[in-house]
Amino acid sequence: MSIRRFAFAALAGALFTTQALAADTLLNVSYDPTRELYQEFNSAFAQHWKAQGKGDVTIQQSHGGSGKQARSVIDGLRADVVTLALAGDIDELHRLGKLIPADWQSRLPDASTPYTSTIVFLVRKGNPKGLKDWGDLVKPGVEVITPNPKTSGGARWNFLAAWAWAKKQYGSDEKAQEYVTQLYKQVPVLDTGARGSTITFVNNRIGDVLLAWENEAFLALKEEGGDALEIVVPSLSILAEPPVAVVDRNVERKGTRELATAYLNHLYSEEGQRIAAKNFYRPRNAKVAAEFAEQFPQLELVTIDGAFNGWKEAQPKFFSDGGVFDQIYQAH
Amino acid sequence: MSSLSVAAPLPTVARQAPKQWGRLTLIGAAWSVFAFFLLLPLVIVLTEALQAGVGTFFSAIFEPDALAALRLTLLAVAISVPLNVLFGVAAAWCVSKYEFRGKSILVTLIDLPFSVSPVIAGLVYVLLFGAQGLFGEWLLEHDIQIIFAVPGIVLATLFVTVPFVARELIPLMQEQGTQEEEAARLLGASGWQMFWHVTVPNIRWGLIYGVVLCTARAMGEFGAVSVVSGHIRGLTNTLPLHVEILYNEYNHVAAFSVASLLLALALVILLLKQWSESRINRLRHSGAEE
Repeated sequence: MSIRRFAFAALAGALFTTQALAADTLLNVSYDPTRELYQEFNSAFAQHWKAQGKGDVTIQQSHGGSGKQARSVIDGLRADVVTLALAGDIDELHRLGKLIPADWQSRLPDASTPYTSTIVFLVRKGNPKGLKDWGDLVKPGVEVITPNPKTSGGARWNFLAAWAWAKKQYGSDEKAQEYVTQLYKQVPVLDTGARGSTITFVNNRIGDVLLAWENEAFLALKEEGGDALEIVVPSLSILAEPPVAVVDRNVERKGTRELATAYLNHLYSEEGQRIAAKNFYRPRNAKVAAEFAEQFPQLELVTIDGAFNGWKEAQPKFFSDGGVFDQIYQAH
Repeated sequence: MSSLSVAAPLPTVARQAPKQWGRLTLIGAAWSVFAFFLLLPLVIVLTEALQAGVGTFFSAIFEPDALAALRLTLLAVAISVPLNVLFGVAAAWCVSKYEFRGKSILVTLIDLPFSVSPVIAGLVYVLLFGAQGLFGEWLLEHDIQIIFAVPGIVLATLFVTVPFVARELIPLMQEQGTQEEEAARLLGASGWQMFWHVTVPNIRWGLIYGVVLCTARAMGEFGAVSVVSGHIRGLTNTLPLHVEILYNEYNHVAAFSVASLLLALALVILLLKQWSESRINRLRHSGAEE
């Protein structure tokens, strides 16, 4: 047996042996902008779990547009927990996949939403187009970057924030629809996820304003340095509530319910809340919220339940096939 | 032969000297298009990858998730290429040595993966093996996972690479005909001996060329694999998917480092392709001279 063949066998062995599955594993299927948040939270949780004498845990992550991720879980991606951009996407796990019970959202505090965010504007440094509020976005010549509401959860929050402002400003649903129609006429690229839109705006320098998750806007500012971009806070926006849920059918099959539940509960702990706040998500815990109060601008926030009667009504009305979004985007 | 081909064009060029500028512009245009669309992007990939130094470059490549992606990519190649060789040889054999009904349909169908968008290839497997799919319930009951796991990635890779070996072998084997095989049988060779001692040596270089193309596509496939991957870090990400993830995480240096690893693999494959191509040509010419 030649040395060459031996070396080849050793190399192949090193490449193809899978790691021993000694540790418990947990798969968190999440949406686009939470990458940095869960990178930090996962290692904190693994330490916490080990400190409790429960042994090692490996947490696997998957990220993508929220709607697409929900679709994957319905199609069989074996998520133990989902941490998606909006309740409407997790509802689909019940409606289409029967993976979770209908009342999933009442199983954890704060409607299963451990952290919140909102929608703000990200503009080029110095705000050359003078964009201060939603009304300025439909001025002639302004290019708006936002992802596709069909696939992206953030994009749906963007859409509803714009709608809520226009409805308050102009007083009726018809006027709001006119405003939003004009807004989407000024969108040159619809990416499938929030991160794609951020890359389009920040790296490819397309567009004058990015409608973004507050956390995504802060992160872009941090990554790109403050000398190219700045955040504009509109007069009114929406309280974006990205919820979390244990996927019952999967954890029962894998025997990971205890681990998955502890993982989500840890998001509500002071440590979890602090990690969320550090990654620019608004914490629910009052004490942690006070610590980070200066970081988050104050603005009027409508809620999905207050302004739109919840996702169960908003989702079919605005985003299903033939809904308001299809009507205005077809017209375009 | 080769000396002739160099000598032959000379008088023509001399006669048409005034038109030489046309030739030069065309060659110049070809080179500048090549430089702009191919060379420049390659240079950019490498400079981006190395902009933070060699240390960062190697730490990005040897990072566990990147290694896991490399491992998965090589695994997909290691499974799909041999299967494609089997299928390709069998299909080319059928088409070139036998006459049967529906032969032209078979040849057309082999090309299907060339014309179908990879996204559709991926979705087909989701519809078949996904939890909501045709075999979904059965697979779930037996705890077999295909989609969003390694088998799905291998299947998607197989689908998009199916034509490569067969496409390469069919014209080669048709050109060679069945005479040599018939002679072997008449001289008393068994079917297996005939295949091994007559057919394989004849198609060797075409086979290698097909394998090289197939490997290149299997390593680089993005669309179909992306649909069935589930994008679990360190588990179901192939190298191309890993590059996209790193890029989306503002991690440009790492993204381009891993991209240049893919590029290096591609260059090795390109050299192999060049080598096997020249061997095929030599073989064809020597065959023609006989």
